[in-house]
Amino acid sequence: MAGITIDRIEKRFGAVAALRELSLEVADGEFIALLGPSGCGKTTLLRIIAGLEQQTAGRIRIGGRDVSALPPRERGLAMVFQNYAVFPHMTVYENVAFGLRMKGASDADVKTQVERASGLLHIEPYLERYPAKLSGGQRQRVAVARALAVQPAVLLMDEPLSNLDALLRLEMRSELKSVLAASGATTVYVTHDQTEAMGLADRVAVMHEGVIEQIDRPQALYERPATRFVGGFVGSPPMNFIDMPVSGGAARLGAFSSPVAAGDGLVTAGIRAEDIAISDSGGLPFDVVVCEPLGATLLLTGRIEGQLARVAARPDARVRPGDRLSLSPALDRIVWIDPQSGRSLGASPGAAA
Amino acid sequence: MSRSRLLPYLLIGPATVFLLALFVAPLVQTIALAFTHDGAASLANFAKMVGDLNFGLSIRNTFLLVLTVIPLQLCLALAMAMMVQKLEKGRDLVLWILIIPLGASDLAAGLVWLSILQDRGYFNTVLNMLGLVDGPVNWLSYETPVSLFVGVVLAELWRATAIVLVILIAGLQLIPKEYAEAAEIFGADAWTRFRRITLPLLKPSIQSALILRTVLAFEVFAVVYALSGRNFPVLVGEAYAWQHGNQNNGVAAAYAILVMAISLAATVVYIKALATRPETQP
Repeated sequence: MAGITIDRIEKRFGAVAALRELSLEVADGEFIALLGPSGCGKTTLLRIIAGLEQQTAGRIRIGGRDVSALPPRERGLAMVFQNYAVFPHMTVYENVAFGLRMKGASDADVKTQVERASGLLHIEPYLERYPAKLSGGQRQRVAVARALAVQPAVLLMDEPLSNLDALLRLEMRSELKSVLAASGATTVYVTHDQTEAMGLADRVAVMHEGVIEQIDRPQALYERPATRFVGGFVGSPPMNFIDMPVSGGAARLGAFSSPVAAGDGLVTAGIRAEDIAISDSGGLPFDVVVCEPLGATLLLTGRIEGQLARVAARPDARVRPGDRLSLSPALDRIVWIDPQSGRSLGASPGAAA
Repeated sequence: MSRSRLLPYLLIGPATVFLLALFVAPLVQTIALAFTHDGAASLANFAKMVGDLNFGLSIRNTFLLVLTVIPLQLCLALAMAMMVQKLEKGRDLVLWILIIPLGASDLAAGLVWLSILQDRGYFNTVLNMLGLVDGPVNWLSYETPVSLFVGVVLAELWRATAIVLVILIAGLQLIPKEYAEAAEIFGADAWTRFRRITLPLLKPSIQSALILRTVLAFEVFAVVYALSGRNFPVLVGEAYAWQHGNQNNGVAAAYAILVMAISLAATVVYIKALATRPETQP
C-alpha cells in the first residue's frame, strides 16, 4: 500500500534552511494537510515528495519503496497544481487522458477512466473544449480529474483552491472531500488556509520556519495547540494570548484567578474567543474598543489590562465601544503556555502527537 | 483639436514619415522601375531576367540554400534554446556568447569565413598540420560546388542561427514551468515533454522565427558574395550584378520584385501551416 514516510528531510537554498530534519508518517489512504504561512516550507516539502525538487538530505519512502532518487514519473503519484497547469493545447478530454496515455493505456481503458474521472468532477459537458474556454473553477476540476484518472496511490495537492473566489472555494472544498475520500488515495494537501486544512484533512501538520510545529486531528489542534504559533495560526479569530503573573500555583489577573502548573513568574493563557463568558464582575477586566456584528456572533475587540483580546459574544449582546466588561473564560479550555519557549505546558517537546 | 487628441498622431508621426520616405517610396519606385521599359509599361525587364543564363541557377541556388539552412537552423536553435533553459548558472553569459554573431554584419561574417575557408586559410592550415592535405586546397571555386555550398551553409548557420535562438528563448520563457512539471508527474520523459508540451506551446514563436528567418534567407547575398563572388549565383546577388555590373536597374528591380513575391508567399505558407488557434494558447 502507499503510505508515505518522510525521514529527516532537509532542504537548503544556499545558507537558508527551508526544511530542517523534517520527519512525517502518512498512513495509507490518509488525508494530511500541510498548513502554514507562506515561506514555511510546505510547498518545498510537497515538491520534494513529488520529486520536482531535490532534498539536501534525508529519504522519502512511498509504500515502503525508497523513491528519494527517482524522477517524478517513477514515483507513482499524481499532483494538482495551484495554477492548475492544465495543458492549454489539449482538449479537456486529452488533458484528463494524459497520464493514462503516458502509461500506454489502450483507447478503451482511456475512455473508461476519463469518463469516470470527469463524471466525478462534473466536467462531461466540456470534454471537447479547450481549457482557455473554461472558468477557473472548471479548469481546477479538469486538473483534479486528470489526477484522479490515473487512480493514483498518492495524490499531492498544492493550494488547489487558492485561485478560486470564496464561494466557489467553499463549494469545491466539500466536493473535493467526498471525491477524494471515495478515491482512497493517500493525499498530501498544501494550504495556507486553516479552514481548508481543518475542513478537509484527517490530520493537519502545522509548519513554521521549516519544521512541523504540531500534527494532530483538526479538533485537537484547535483545542490543544502545542505552541503559541499553532494557537495563533489555527482558528479565526486567532487564539487570545494573555500574560498573567503566577504566584503560589495560581495565575491571577484582575479579579480572575486559576490554578496553573507553573512556577512563580509569568504564564501566557491561550483562550479562544468563544470560550469566554461575559459577566458583570469577578473576571478579567475587558475594555471594548470595536464591535463587529458577524451574524452568528458579535466579535468584540478590546484590551485586558492593555493586552489585545477578542471575544465572540452572543449576537444579541448589548455592548458598545468604551464599555468595560468582566470576562470569565472556561477554565478547562484554557491552554497555558510558557512565555519563554512558546510551548504549551504539558505538551511534550517535539509536539508530534 | 485639443492637445491630447493630437498627441497620438504627433507620436507616431516621425515613424510614419520615416517609413513613407525610406520604405514605401522606394517600394513604389521599384515596382514602377520593374514594370516599365523605355518609359512605357512593359514586362520586358522580367522577360530579360528570365531569359538570363544565371536566372534558373540563382533560383535553384537560393531555394537550395533556404531549404537547407532554415531546417538546420531551427533544429540547432531549438537544441541550443533547450540547453540554455536548462542552465542554472551563467545562463545570461552563455546566451551572450551565443548571440555574438548577430552583432557582425553579413559582409564581415562572410569575410570571417572566407579567411577560414580560402586556399591559404585557417582550415587548410589545420588540415595541413594534421597531415590530411599537402598544400592549399581550393574549397570555394566553381569547380568544387559541393564544398562551396557547404561553406556558404556553414557561414549562414554561424551568422544567423542566433536570431532564431533569441526568439525561441523569449517564447520558452513565456511557457510556465508547471506544464512541463505536470507532464513529468504524469509520466512523460524528457523527449515526450519536449514533443508533446514544449513544442506545441512554442509554435507561435517558431512561426515568428521561421517567417523572419526565411524572409531574410531569401535575401541572402553578402555572405555568398564574400565566399564565392558569382560562382554561386543567388537572386539578390543577381539583382546586385544587374544594378552595378550591367547598369540595368530595370532588371535589378524585377529581381527585387521577384524576391519580395517569394518572401510574401513563404510568409503566407507559414501563417497557414503553423496557424495556432487562439484558444489553444495559455
